[in-house]
Amino acid sequence: MSSADLGGTAAGEAAQAAWAQVEVSRHPDRPYSLDLVQRCLDDFIELHGDRQGGDDAAVVIGLARLGGQPLAVVANQKGRTLEERGKRNFGMAHPEGYRKAQRLFTLAGRLKLPVVSFIDTPGAYPGVAAEERGQAWAIAQTLEAQLALPTPYLAVVIGEGGSGGALATLLADSVLVLEHAFLSVASPEAAAAILFRDAGRKQQAAAALRLEAANLLEWGIADEIVPEPPGGAHTDWDETARLLRPRLESRLLELTSRGFDPARRRERYRRLDGLFSA
Amino acid sequence: MAISPAYARPRTVDSGFTCGACQRDFPMAQAAGSLYVCPACGHHSRISAHERVRQLADKGSFQEWDPDLAGRDRLGFVDTKAYVDRLAEARQRQQLPDAILTGAASICGHPVGLASFDFGFLGGSLSTAVGERLARAIEGSAAELRPFVCVTSSGGARMQEGVFSLMQMAKSVAALHELAEAHVPFISILADPTMGGSIASFAALGDVILAEPKAMIGFTGARVITQATYEQLPAGFQTSEFHHARGLIDQVVDRRQLREVLGRLLAVLGPSAVEGAGRLA
Repeated sequence: MSSADLGGTAAGEAAQAAWAQVEVSRHPDRPYSLDLVQRCLDDFIELHGDRQGGDDAAVVIGLARLGGQPLAVVANQKGRTLEERGKRNFGMAHPEGYRKAQRLFTLAGRLKLPVVSFIDTPGAYPGVAAEERGQAWAIAQTLEAQLALPTPYLAVVIGEGGSGGALATLLADSVLVLEHAFLSVASPEAAAAILFRDAGRKQQAAAALRLEAANLLEWGIADEIVPEPPGGAHTDWDETARLLRPRLESRLLELTSRGFDPARRRERYRRLDGLFSA
Repeated sequence: MAISPAYARPRTVDSGFTCGACQRDFPMAQAAGSLYVCPACGHHSRISAHERVRQLADKGSFQEWDPDLAGRDRLGFVDTKAYVDRLAEARQRQQLPDAILTGAASICGHPVGLASFDFGFLGGSLSTAVGERLARAIEGSAAELRPFVCVTSSGGARMQEGVFSLMQMAKSVAALHELAEAHVPFISILADPTMGGSIASFAALGDVILAEPKAMIGFTGARVITQATYEQLPAGFQTSEFHHARGLIDQVVDRRQLREVLGRLLAVLGPSAVEGAGRLA
């Protein structure tokens, strides 16, 4: 049964399951990064700006503590009200947002702080100004900064993990994914436009891309799927945070207590697909 | 596949070369002599990975690395056609296992690690096999202290490999870390087109970045930008010249001068410099 054929029951179910994943991850009441940062971390202090002339509100950086451990925090941030959605640009960063993340990685390296990243972005902003200011270069340099980061690094995908924009803050030592979050090479709409020349076939694209979080665990891209309250994180933010916080704490403790070696992170992403022997 | 007599007939008449920009016709020998740059309007046609290596490497110097490295269909992907069938057709047509050719070579006498993308192979897109072959070429160059020269012509991620394709961006950047640790230079050459995941990872990280004239380069394609934002695109948007003017590309180089420019760069950055004779210890 092919994933292109939605007539069959198995493929139809796969498409529905994959699409349900996308819809829950985009639910308007889903907790966004700051909602979970405030509930999972202690004493969050926001920092601002890339120190190169910009402060992109689609990316939030700051300092916090978790179980007494000081941390550097980087997060994609969506807006909930009309006004905030505009300010946060729907969580889609411009180059300044990626440079802001780079600044955070640099700060964390210098001050020997572990980094915790919250991922929730449809992708990098697809606009003229972003291209003019070097969107691709900014993302590439952020990938490089993550793989050079000398301190322990934990990432959690809490909603949408869209494309290169998500990858810019994902290349951690440990990657957690909320039960209804997803990570994709392109949004299902963009993938459908490319594959079928029809963005409307997004469900079919989501199924073909196998977007369910469980696959990320099977493929070794994620280390753990964090359960959400029944129905999804939007039903209960406090409960979502109550389920997430101990997982962050335990993963962070694991990373900070073992003999930490950032070369292991590069090795992880070098060998990730597991298809080729060294 | 049955070949109809019309196509099976030996070509006694040179089919000629038509410029994709100005539509003028030239004898194939003349087009090849000008490296498939239009003798009339200067338009740079896309060329295969094999042709690129022929143009850049010293005659007989190219020693292919990992010639048999091929990937597989991890997701069982089917869109309008099965991915396995797309792969089989591309392999047959392009005479490559996937969309990249890599190897050791010399350019104007300077040893290099050379990688060349093949746009004719599924748009030069980043598959696991492409990412692996690229990463091995980078690591091989680091190990042998060969400056690494990569000519990219790639639409970006390969949708049919889903998130595995996305992760090739990370893989290539992880490999580049080895090159940097070995203090070996990376010369990134952007050919038409260099888009999406390719320019947002390894291709943007060259110590020196060159581009062919009027190559399309950018993270998001113009069509998607227009659909997503309804923005008016400025003249010359996302061309090599556009990025050069914004400090993102070092030089725009005509293909007919590319080998010579590389020779001059490698004379400064080449192995004697890598080994510490020329640069600071």
